[in-house]
Amino acid sequence: MYDQFLYGTEAAINGLMTGVMYSLVALGFVLIFKASGIFNYAQGVMALFGALTLVGIQSGQVPFAGIINAIFGTNVQHFGWTLPAVAAIILTIGVMILFAWLVERLLLKHLVNQEPIILFMATIGLAYFMEGVGDLMWGSNIKKIDLPIPQGINETIDSLTYDWFGYGFYIDNLDITAAIIAIILVVALTIFSQYSTTGRALRAVADDHQAALSVGISLRKIWVIVWGIAGFIALVAGVMWGAKSGVQFSLSLITLKALPVLMLGGFTSIPGAIIGGMIIGVGEKVFEFVVSSSWFGDFFGFTMNATENWFAYVLALIFLVFRPQGLFGDKIIERV
Amino acid sequence: MLYREAGDYKKTYAEDSQTFPLKLDRYAYYALLAVAFLVVPFVINDYWASAVLIPFLIWSIASLGLNILTGYCGQVSLGTGGFMAVGAYAAYKLMTSFPDLNIMIVVLLSGAITASVGVLFGLPSLRIKGFYLAVATLAAQFFLVWLFNKFEWFYNYSASGQISAPTRSMFGFEVTGATASASAKYIFCLVLVVGLAWVARNLTRGRIGRSWMAIRDMDIAAEIIGVNPLKTKLTAFAVSSFFIGVAGALFFAVYLGAVEVGEAFGIQKSFLVLFMIIIGGLGSILGSFIGAAFLVLMPVLLKNIMVGMLGWPIDLAAHIVLVTIGFLIMLTLVLEPHGVAQLWRVIKQKLRLWPFPH
Repeated sequence: MYDQFLYGTEAAINGLMTGVMYSLVALGFVLIFKASGIFNYAQGVMALFGALTLVGIQSGQVPFAGIINAIFGTNVQHFGWTLPAVAAIILTIGVMILFAWLVERLLLKHLVNQEPIILFMATIGLAYFMEGVGDLMWGSNIKKIDLPIPQGINETIDSLTYDWFGYGFYIDNLDITAAIIAIILVVALTIFSQYSTTGRALRAVADDHQAALSVGISLRKIWVIVWGIAGFIALVAGVMWGAKSGVQFSLSLITLKALPVLMLGGFTSIPGAIIGGMIIGVGEKVFEFVVSSSWFGDFFGFTMNATENWFAYVLALIFLVFRPQGLFGDKIIERV
Repeated sequence: MLYREAGDYKKTYAEDSQTFPLKLDRYAYYALLAVAFLVVPFVINDYWASAVLIPFLIWSIASLGLNILTGYCGQVSLGTGGFMAVGAYAAYKLMTSFPDLNIMIVVLLSGAITASVGVLFGLPSLRIKGFYLAVATLAAQFFLVWLFNKFEWFYNYSASGQISAPTRSMFGFEVTGATASASAKYIFCLVLVVGLAWVARNLTRGRIGRSWMAIRDMDIAAEIIGVNPLKTKLTAFAVSSFFIGVAGALFFAVYLGAVEVGEAFGIQKSFLVLFMIIIGGLGSILGSFIGAAFLVLMPVLLKNIMVGMLGWPIDLAAHIVLVTIGFLIMLTLVLEPHGVAQLWRVIKQKLRLWPFPH
């Protein structure tokens, strides 16, 4: 039983780390939702696109090589250079900002005052579009991120826990890095939104669009900024997930994992995104651990596995029935 | 000049409130039905049936179903794939447990089973609204797909984890199974489509449909004037899931024949049906058909042009299809948020006055 408890604790700690990774994606959602009331389904695809662009630029791939080759019958693949990591990151951030500007210019501008659900569907369209463009630009093969991110088992924790409990916990350095980055991001975002002029404008827009407009805050500029920041967060999330599982199509599916996190934490709360992510991360790992264990099988007569696919949604669903605005969300007041 | 109600006298209330009030529309509709029933089955070949016509008919039923829930009742659902899987597995269990049961009854019963599952997952909609509900329906999508993968009873303990449809016939014609002819499959689906579209049309313009729309437009106001939200939302979930379940049963039994649940009924299918109703038009029966036709035809067409005519690689073509779908959805929402069906309505209005609009 003591071993079981140790294994369970290990699963819970790993879940906590995975949860932080979910939160990274959820953060971008919350930012955009607060500033523009848009539920941005494309956040996960933005993460994929950011990571793809970073790898593509760094390794000197020719964008749209597939189409160019198909039309002109040529065979270009690479420019033949590799950029240093810093230059590639800066260029990628530039691309994400350009993307934010284009989204505002070509899509959001035309959809002002539409119902939220229409905007949501527009971002689903955007997600499909981006996914296709990302694949067309950089190819759909699985890529490896070539950045100096620590990876593999953390020896210190392993040996420490071995000394204490007689069992070494396996915790990945990558997860620890992700957790630290998430904390830095949240602190930076909080400082930015509390103490800078732009940040205060952001909060004003989040609070009341029309009042913000009437005191001279440019809504469109704010939207570009917010989408730019969300793009940057997406890039960070994409890099972390990409380092974990390779940059590939399935990366865009982390959006789906971030959704229950948001529901649990509330769409409008940055701390909610982090805490929601942790609850989901720990919950799904512990649940999986319990229902797949042999003593669960002895007790109920069956065991389950791969419950991670649905646990988060069902938890969020049950939770929402009791508290429809999530843990930290603004209270929903309905008027006729 | 031609498209007028002038001279088309209505003598009874029934005539006045018919679906196609204009003679021209009515004749066009009858002509379409005649062609679909009397001409197409004799000229159809396997390629057209399996690439275009049968998927179009099946997706039409699914998008009719989702349109009832999302377009008419305003409850966004991303669980369509999961509900289609319920229909498919219900059909499979019914077909294998009761070999003598008529295939039409099997399909309709699968719809009914899906309806009851839909009501179950519709219950939270009373508390949860908007996006929150959309995300909550994802629970249905992932849980159901996992369930059918996990418990072997659902696929009769087969080693591959797949389900495959045994041969069943109707009036002596094989409808399911490997040897069924294209025209028999087509007619079977067509009958269901015409019947269900008729049901949908009449439900949506009657009392039930109006209460759905009242809930969609403003639920609190609707509640105050005496629309029961519990009953209304759950009937919408039930009817919608019935349609989607029938579509799932047909997709498995008639169209694919053998199905692996994660692949055939994944989240992508939920989005596909949602796209159909966005492009076609939310809250429109005609729109469901237009959307289904569009999203079935467009990939086939693009693929034929790019792979067949230009000789481009297949994966490149697939990406371009993805980009095109995304682009079209954004374009539709920007230009006409109510979809192609609204465009058609505007054109009809213009045609009635043409060539003297003033």
